[in-house]
Amino acid sequence: MAREKIILVACGTGIATSTVVATAIEEEMKNRGIPVSIRQCKATEVPGMVDDVDLVVSTTPVPQGLSKPVITTLAFLTGMGKADVLDRIEGYLRD
Amino acid sequence: MANPVLTYLDPAAVLLDLEAKSNGDVIRALGERLRQLGCVRESYVGAVLAREATLPTGLPLGGDNNIAVPHTDPEHVIRPALALGVLKAPVTFSNMENPDEKLPVRVVILMALNDKDRQIEMLQKIAETTQSPEALAALRRAKTFEDVCAAFA
Repeated sequence: MAREKIILVACGTGIATSTVVATAIEEEMKNRGIPVSIRQCKATEVPGMVDDVDLVVSTTPVPQGLSKPVITTLAFLTGMGKADVLDRIEGYLRD
Repeated sequence: MANPVLTYLDPAAVLLDLEAKSNGDVIRALGERLRQLGCVRESYVGAVLAREATLPTGLPLGGDNNIAVPHTDPEHVIRPALALGVLKAPVTFSNMENPDEKLPVRVVILMALNDKDRQIEMLQKIAETTQSPEALAALRRAKTFEDVCAAFA
């Protein structure tokens, strides 16, 4: 079985929007048969937490030059483009 | 089961037909209600305003549907609560994803959160509402607290 992938989910305070995003990703990736572990943080904390994660998903801009792929999206709050974002997340995790 | 939004929304924290000149006016008016209800500390409004200036909370939902969800760190919160403002005329909030973009906003949900694991159902219900143009239109039309409850149902 594939190693569980780790997704770092960030937002401004690490409490509100990232919770919505984390829950949505966890549920949908489970539906797609991809085991994921989610960590949450503030956008400003991302550089210090990025080393041992596979992907960063943020609702707000994060510092540039991170060593891991970053998806910045409001799709889990607006509903717009959600399927497309989930496909992109899956694409990063399938590698 | 109780509606997870209405559990946290006191009628005294709902301001309909609110007149405001700026997003700061809205945050101060709603934050003052939460303070009077004993939900937040004195430091809360200032912390929300500071956060909004650097990490804005406007959500671009298209045209009239744009909303904003200001909030801040848990240490300013005594017990979790929501406040809702529906504005007569829009004020400007910046886009959460792209702070250079300004959004006209008529519906503001001020959130006082202190434990994301316990408030997750409420957050999900709000996200569900923001993804429903019908619910947002119902909030903008709301004249009474009962109308607000129906919009979140």
